[in-house]
Amino acid sequence: MTDRIKNTFGALAERGEKAFIAYIMAGDPDMNKTLVYARALIQGGADIIELGMPFSDPIADGPTIQQAAQRALQSKTNISKIFALVRTLRKTSGIPIVLMGYINPVLKYGTKRFFEDAARSGVDGLILPDLPLEEIDHVKEYAVQSGIDIILLAAPTSDRKRLVELLRHTRGFLYYISMTGVTGSQKKMGHAAFESIRWIRKNTQKPVAVGFGISTPRQAKTIAALADGIVVGSAFVKLIENNKNASARIAALTRSLKSAVNIH
Amino acid sequence: MKNARDKNYMPDSYGYFGEYGGRFVPETLVAALKELEKGFRHIARSPSFRSELSHYLKYYVGRPTPLYFAERMSADLGGAKVYLKREDLAHTGAHKINNTVGQVLLAKKLGKKRIIAETGAGQHGVATATAAALFGLPCEVYMGELDVKRQALNVDRMRLLGTKVVPVYSGSMTLKDAMNEAIRDWVTNVETTHYVIGSVAGPHPYPEIVRYFQSVIGTEAKRQIMEAEHRLPDVLIACIGGGSNSMGLFYPFIKNDEVKLIGVEAGGLGIKSGKHGASLTAGEKGVLHGTMTKILMDRDGQIINPHSISAGLDYPGVGPELSHLHDTGRLKVFTANDDAVLSATSYLSKTEGIIPALESAHAIACARTYVKRLPKNTVVIINISGRGDKDMDIIRENIDLINNKGRLKEYHD
Repeated sequence: MTDRIKNTFGALAERGEKAFIAYIMAGDPDMNKTLVYARALIQGGADIIELGMPFSDPIADGPTIQQAAQRALQSKTNISKIFALVRTLRKTSGIPIVLMGYINPVLKYGTKRFFEDAARSGVDGLILPDLPLEEIDHVKEYAVQSGIDIILLAAPTSDRKRLVELLRHTRGFLYYISMTGVTGSQKKMGHAAFESIRWIRKNTQKPVAVGFGISTPRQAKTIAALADGIVVGSAFVKLIENNKNASARIAALTRSLKSAVNIH
Repeated sequence: MKNARDKNYMPDSYGYFGEYGGRFVPETLVAALKELEKGFRHIARSPSFRSELSHYLKYYVGRPTPLYFAERMSADLGGAKVYLKREDLAHTGAHKINNTVGQVLLAKKLGKKRIIAETGAGQHGVATATAAALFGLPCEVYMGELDVKRQALNVDRMRLLGTKVVPVYSGSMTLKDAMNEAIRDWVTNVETTHYVIGSVAGPHPYPEIVRYFQSVIGTEAKRQIMEAEHRLPDVLIACIGGGSNSMGLFYPFIKNDEVKLIGVEAGGLGIKSGKHGASLTAGEKGVLHGTMTKILMDRDGQIINPHSISAGLDYPGVGPELSHLHDTGRLKVFTANDDAVLSATSYLSKTEGIIPALESAHAIACARTYVKRLPKNTVVIINISGRGDKDMDIIRENIDLINNKGRLKEYHD
């Protein structure tokens, strides 16, 4: 049982800071690079690392992350290799590590085995965008046994009644999708989403992090002001796509986003 | 908790047929699926909706389609009585229109302003474009770039009907990728848009909705065979890709245990080659496009690109109810390879003067072997789900194969 996610949000709150959560795709373009890039995120000051687990048919992702998944699959990335990467990262860092991917590769790996191996490797949380609350029983028992947080997503289409349910069942934090759309979308966050996040923070102690479509420090600052943290993914994936060695740029973007979320 | 009441053949409240089905979608879509489920239960099943739909099915789609006694084919196959359910004679040339007219009418009642769909062979795309034109709603159809090329005629038809065809360049550039892209569009525009899924696949309640609208095939066939033979048929044969034409024919007979249900999957270049679309025959339980069902995947759980000469069966999954019926033994499944399918296309054309779609020719290919083993006077219904005009380019390219005889590959558990 790890409490790394809970402790991280706790410590940040005490300091009056917001969480900066960074996403990259594991194995994009290969595992060695992902190790280097994850360390650049840590160096740059990310509070939580999200590692994408590639899937051939990612229905919640826009073109940027779809292509990252394709590159990762071309370099033969699979769940076993991602666990090995997490074990390596764990040797030098206590940063919370969350895996994000689709349910089918998890089922194929074997759900029980997945959670046991994930916990043993030092994984703290799991986000499965195609496993809504209704289907959570497919993983819940094993998640609880392993101590891994199942982080649920909420969307602007989730009504108040559903938000209550999502908040009750999510572990670690609630991942709020800023707009109706896929990852990397250019759509702006709407009024309903702002209202929902305000309502969540008023009515619960659980942290809420906002993601999907946040790429600039300016957006990060605005949205972080009303949440407990923000998630940025596609912006990092684009740096990786466009640069042979993206380490310095990744660290720099992390620093600017991290400082943006803490300006009040 | 998640067990369908087997004898009732209805999904449970989570949308499961036995261990298959469910709703594996991004949170953004959950509310829309619940709204659709409610709309389906309250509106689509109401007498007023049904009478409106019946009107369009009769005067616009051209239903009922004939149940035709195939005399020459029956004689050739040794004496069983073979009937063909002529869905190829429905407006737009395939059974797909039954579902799209129903769903678009429902979408209109739900106040949706825009229609989207995915398509493989283009038949569902054309049927959706047609229904959208009929009810005056704008429509966009996602289609894999490979299918855009090999089904050019249907692309032109959709465009003529006023639909925007969006080529999809991701993944294998076929049906599964078109479906991914349609889901992404729906996630983005869920508040205004209805997504018309064309198969008994996808998240709950789609498998039930599509089955409901396609059941008109089996309901008519049941009445027609009672008139012709004064008894139920012994065997029903239909091709299975996602499963809409087969579920449509099978469902009204599902409680008649004496009626055998035979499904025919795309054997492609043969099961052993790995290049096929036979999810029930060679797939394993997994999650694809919002449903838990039999799918084709590799050892890491990545979806394998399927192969079939017919774009409509070129799909690595199958409707969850069919997975359930297969597991329980209610449904028997065979495969027909590409070569046998081409040969069957030629056979039906020359024997009965009916050019079937390559999809439907899978059912004919199976029947050519299967029916020969049946006693005289056995009554068989084969679903001719669509006509073959759209496939003429592929048929022309494979004229050599057509002149050789293909063989049916049988599936053993």
